[in-house]
Amino acid sequence: MLTAEEVTRLQTEAAEVRKEAIKMATRAGTGHLGPALSITDILWILYSRFLRYDPKNPAWPERDRLILSKGHSCLALYATLAKKGFFDESLFQTYCNKLHTLLGGHPERDLPGVEANTGSLGHGFNIGIGMALAGKADHLDYKVYTILGDGENQEGTIWEGAMAAAHFKLDNLVAIVDRNNLQVSNYVDRVMNIEPLPEKWASFGWGVKVVDGHDFHQLEEAFSSVPFVEGKPSVIIAKTIKGKGIPFAENKVEWHHKVPSAQEYKELDEMLGLGAL
Amino acid sequence: MLNKLPITNKKAVRVAYGETLVELGGLDQNVVVLDADVSSSTQSKLFAQKYPERFINVGIAEANMMAVAAGLAACGKIPFVNTFAVFCTLRAGDPLRSVVAYPELNVKIAGGYSGVSDSYDGATHQSVEDIAIVRSIPNIKVIVVADATEARLATMAAAKLKGPVYLRLSRAEVPIIFDADYHFVFGKAHELVPGDDLTIIANGYMVYKALEAVRILNQKGIYPRLLNMHTVKPLDEEAVLKAARETGAILTVEEHSIYGGLGSAVAETLGQNYPVPMKIMGFNDRFGETGGYDEVLAKMGLSAEEIVRNAENLLTKKAKR
Ligand SMILES: Cc1ncc(C[n+]2csc(CCOP(=O)(O)OP(=O)(O)O)c2C)c(N)n1
Repeated sequence: MLTAEEVTRLQTEAAEVRKEAIKMATRAGTGHLGPALSITDILWILYSRFLRYDPKNPAWPERDRLILSKGHSCLALYATLAKKGFFDESLFQTYCNKLHTLLGGHPERDLPGVEANTGSLGHGFNIGIGMALAGKADHLDYKVYTILGDGENQEGTIWEGAMAAAHFKLDNLVAIVDRNNLQVSNYVDRVMNIEPLPEKWASFGWGVKVVDGHDFHQLEEAFSSVPFVEGKPSVIIAKTIKGKGIPFAENKVEWHHKVPSAQEYKELDEMLGLGAL
Repeated sequence: MLNKLPITNKKAVRVAYGETLVELGGLDQNVVVLDADVSSSTQSKLFAQKYPERFINVGIAEANMMAVAAGLAACGKIPFVNTFAVFCTLRAGDPLRSVVAYPELNVKIAGGYSGVSDSYDGATHQSVEDIAIVRSIPNIKVIVVADATEARLATMAAAKLKGPVYLRLSRAEVPIIFDADYHFVFGKAHELVPGDDLTIIANGYMVYKALEAVRILNQKGIYPRLLNMHTVKPLDEEAVLKAARETGAILTVEEHSIYGGLGSAVAETLGQNYPVPMKIMGFNDRFGETGGYDEVLAKMGLSAEEIVRNAENLLTKKAKR
């Protein structure tokens, strides 16, 4: 159980991560802000309380691995990794802003802390399966966490992987589905319904929990009870809000790939205290 | 006809394509359009708005989309499949090869966001190997679009052709090179600029870069021929060989890997029939990256200045023969 103070602290810190994401996107005039803001709380609690890592030794073989399968949400990952000491926050200035930046439009392994080059949806999750298999083979007790989009669940490879992970009894694997109900073109259920999602994952042989992805108590409870079922991989279906933290962007389809205008930035600055770009 | 440099009018190739899909939808009830959740990117959304009953959004499931299109084509429909070039040639590459191309079904594949036109999304969303893939698959015709005018004409032509056609499109707003009189003939190179010193063969956005280069070369007293080779397959071998015989040196420029694309096609023809000094300009066995569109292209050596430099090198080689 988290104390009230711990929750407040996580919330305050996650708000700082959101601010950096907003600032990077605004500065560069490009980026997938909505998809980053829905997973910020999940990333923050994982890097604050669950992942085992050493930011000064990102290649440590025994580290836990986190793969952002929905790679387009990298703004949240960049901000989180820097705040956790993987690289200097001055790099934020280079996000999509100069050639050969380490902080590009999608994550790349050249950046300390990034485990996989994602961006092509429906592969990062499967890379995680490989890493979980390697952990078992090497008798290392690390865990592998992968964050998927709900729309990403439409890719066939996700279900090929879900089948494989259960078959290989990968109880060191945790998938988090960012259930923000939106994809690029519309609401997920209008584009291509993926429900009943918990039942689908369960029927593929996974332990399943459904939580509020912005409620640190629920996230804490879920992550501390992994694996949910002995010998099975675990999936957390996290109900989230795309664009969370920007009132006028929340649950708005166009904020998949929209960045604040100068006026909107001013508004946000007054609301959140973003400061100069 | 050619617009005069400098060209200030620009239009996104993807918008012209989307508008043409709508036009086609009105002309033929059998035209159906598929997309995999990126209709706002590909602009197939314009068709979706006009003809929702003939628009199919399969969700983020490109391989499924390609095979579904095969089924539609087998029932007499004319499906236009839309997603990023990288996803329709690689993610959906196996069904493209084995269930569309092999039985020669009438599916039109629109590769949006080709080259590095989606420059800020980086290498996973860019495509510098798509032509190599589709060119090596039997039965697929390949067209690379240079501007908005050509986008419309090429899309109309693709609809008329029988069998699979790969249309290489772009996200970018690019200068409108061709005016309304432009005569697009599938399978035939288009001579933009006459000349005898050497021949520059380009396609896509590189046609514009080549035009800029020709202007600089002219100022130096060098008069290259410029061919827009919009159709990469089947290649207009006659035009290539004529250029080789008449100008004695060939420079190809494409927003694609130097392996397997336009340059390779031209080299295959020259090497087996009439070798002359040549140079292939493109991505030198490397991925794209994040950055401004022209900035990334320039870093890869795809700029008017580099075209000029390579043209001059070729002239030196030609003189030594
Ligand atoms: C294989 C593949 N197809 C298409 C895309 C383009 N694309 C980028 S994000 C996205 C939507 C993702 O939706 P979802 O998984 O629900 O994540 P969200 O952004 O809503 O959090 C799409 C289709 C891609 N990156 N990869």
